Amino acid sequence: MEMTGAKILMECLLEQGVDLVFGYPGGTILNVYDELYKYRDRITHILTAHEQGASHAADGYARSTGKVGVCLATSGPGATNLTTGIGTAYMDSSPVVFITCNVTQNLIGRDAFQEVDITGIAMPITKSTYLVRDVNSLADIVREAFALARSGRPGPVLIDIVKNVTAEKAEYEYLPREKHTTSGRLANLVRRARTSSLKMPEPNQEDVNKLVDMIAESKKPMLICGGGVARSRSHEEFREFARKIDAPVAITLMGAGGIPGRDPLSTGMIGMHGSKASNMACDGCDLLIAVGCRFSDRVALKPATFARQAKIVQIDIDRAEINKNVETDHHIIGNAKQVLELLNRKVPQYDHSEWKKYVFSFPTETAYDENPNHLTPKQILNTIARMCPDDSIVATDVGQHQMWAIQHFKFDYPGQLLTSGGFGAMGFGLGAAIGAKMGNPEKTVIHITGDGSFRMNCNELSTEEFYRAPIITFIFNNHRLGMVRQWQELTYDKRYYMTTTERGPDFVKLADANGLKGSRVTNQEELEAAIQAALEEQEKGLGYVIDCTIEEGELVRPMVNGGTHITEFLVN
Amino acid sequence: MEEMKLRTLSVLVDNEAGVLSQISRLFSRKGFNVESLAVGATDHPEISRMTIEVMANENQTNLMCNQLAKMVPVHSVKLLVPSHSIRRELVLYKVRAKNSEDKNEIIQIANIFRGSIIDVSKETLTLSVIGDEKKTDAVQELLEGFGIVELVRTGMIALERGKYTIDEDTKEKGEFNYGKDVL
Repeated sequence: MEMTGAKILMECLLEQGVDLVFGYPGGTILNVYDELYKYRDRITHILTAHEQGASHAADGYARSTGKVGVCLATSGPGATNLTTGIGTAYMDSSPVVFITCNVTQNLIGRDAFQEVDITGIAMPITKSTYLVRDVNSLADIVREAFALARSGRPGPVLIDIVKNVTAEKAEYEYLPREKHTTSGRLANLVRRARTSSLKMPEPNQEDVNKLVDMIAESKKPMLICGGGVARSRSHEEFREFARKIDAPVAITLMGAGGIPGRDPLSTGMIGMHGSKASNMACDGCDLLIAVGCRFSDRVALKPATFARQAKIVQIDIDRAEINKNVETDHHIIGNAKQVLELLNRKVPQYDHSEWKKYVFSFPTETAYDENPNHLTPKQILNTIARMCPDDSIVATDVGQHQMWAIQHFKFDYPGQLLTSGGFGAMGFGLGAAIGAKMGNPEKTVIHITGDGSFRMNCNELSTEEFYRAPIITFIFNNHRLGMVRQWQELTYDKRYYMTTTERGPDFVKLADANGLKGSRVTNQEELEAAIQAALEEQEKGLGYVIDCTIEEGELVRPMVNGGTHITEFLVN
Repeated sequence: MEEMKLRTLSVLVDNEAGVLSQISRLFSRKGFNVESLAVGATDHPEISRMTIEVMANENQTNLMCNQLAKMVPVHSVKLLVPSHSIRRELVLYKVRAKNSEDKNEIIQIANIFRGSIIDVSKETLTLSVIGDEKKTDAVQELLEGFGIVELVRTGMIALERGKYTIDEDTKEKGEFNYGKDVL
């Protein structure tokens, strides 16, 4: 059937099962929005306050549902406002398809109004970018873009469509998703990938067998649960594997939920703000198996001495991650789920009680001071955990509150923690929380933030209110850029420059201005009352902002400085 | 640090708009200075072959090969071993030659290096020489005495010696393709 590019785009979104998109309209993308209007019974569009908010929302939707997120924006500033969101999705391997429109073909390259080379800008932070100049290639490109975003190591993809293509007509024929790999560009890609004689994408049996032997020889094995476990939703296989080899498990920030936080094998997070148990185990183990983990500089702080007594084995879907940051002794390429299933079939039950006894002689949690006179981060987080449902989704921003959240919450399933790990984008949380709530309307969504991060994208409170997407925001308010201040305290001789933010707005009034309730809390009693009120507001479909006053001197502990050995704790 | 030396990478890529930019930007953002880059279509018009030379140590080179291999438009990557490969570059030299004595001498140099004179004017001669940098540098040194007006290089191209090709199925190639094999 002949139809316009804009209509083809709608049909392609439906082929992918997309029923929800986030975005912001503008001049060049108007044809698409006019078509979205006609498809509004099948595709819901969420209008945010800012394109950045939309980009994080699509990302949060993708991370929490496991589906591909979709985000639309217009050319020029609309497109560049997406870049922080694209970078965030790229660093944390989140599948999001970003669709922008550019000026008409005859204006390209003439510095037209709101023209920008967004495919060029986004190239280093996407799996692939496409500039669509021919309406006949549109459907094929959209199909490839979605497949790329979700396949292999997931990640963002950007499609930039010149405006005239959205108005021009071409033949479109419906093709069910499972048949996409049989036509056009995808067929070529698959043919090329499968010419290998190794019959990928099955994990290599010999590689798996070698690891089985290495496990048999190991007396002190240890596991790292990385973001790959969460992304591939292989938490059950991972837990079975951990139990079989009876090894302590450390999580990375992205691996939260890959093993339940309360599991007796869990030692908590590893790395810069890792627990003593995790970091000591890493230093003492004789076999380290990292699943879906790229050994970032926040985990392998000093690659040369990282797990220095251990044989290091990397299980990853992305071959380019092998030996990138840490030299490994063995690797298996594959989807974590497939590899772990194979391993579970071959590995017998082990008992490493003695080794575990050593590891768990170190604390898996930091003993923070309690103070009856004011709220401590630990106290706030424990109260949230006690009063909110266990399966609540938690979105964080970036900074001290982010580290406290992962230290104190026990995450039970992948996609429960939404956080900007690799990119560390302040302002991620509220957008991501909105996306998560849209994708999981039955769950309570908690947004943990700091006053600095919240100030960045608090404009999305209006989105939250308008769409009746109730989110409970907790601001860990110390009127400081706490994490930067912590570095100034520990490594810059307490020269606290530009990290004191004793300024507005009044966050309770800000909530009020956006049609939401909020309260400021300074002690346990007020906190509990506020959470109770927030849960009641949630029933009405309204969010709530709780401004928690905390002390400026609170540190994230322990801390190991970047580039130093993993057990050289700067503070305990 | 391991030794920095010139490494020659051969890369098969989709012959599509934007691919050259993607590849060259990968080198710049990973902090490499490209010494030479040559690209052209192969016997399959939809596939181009790039020869890229960089100064790097072994570790950096492996990192680069891995990053290249995972890119969607990249079909194959091979690091060429100098002793097992042939490298050639074409250089055009426009040299000042005011009198017949100079011209004769330059023609002799061209002959010795199996180059050829491809253009002549009253005041200049242009010669082309094919070879690796040892040869082309030697020619350049000899011509400098006459005065080089302009010089241009194609960039180094290279192939492996013997029956081996860039297309062999290796375990590693299969591992990289894993990520590209759309499930």
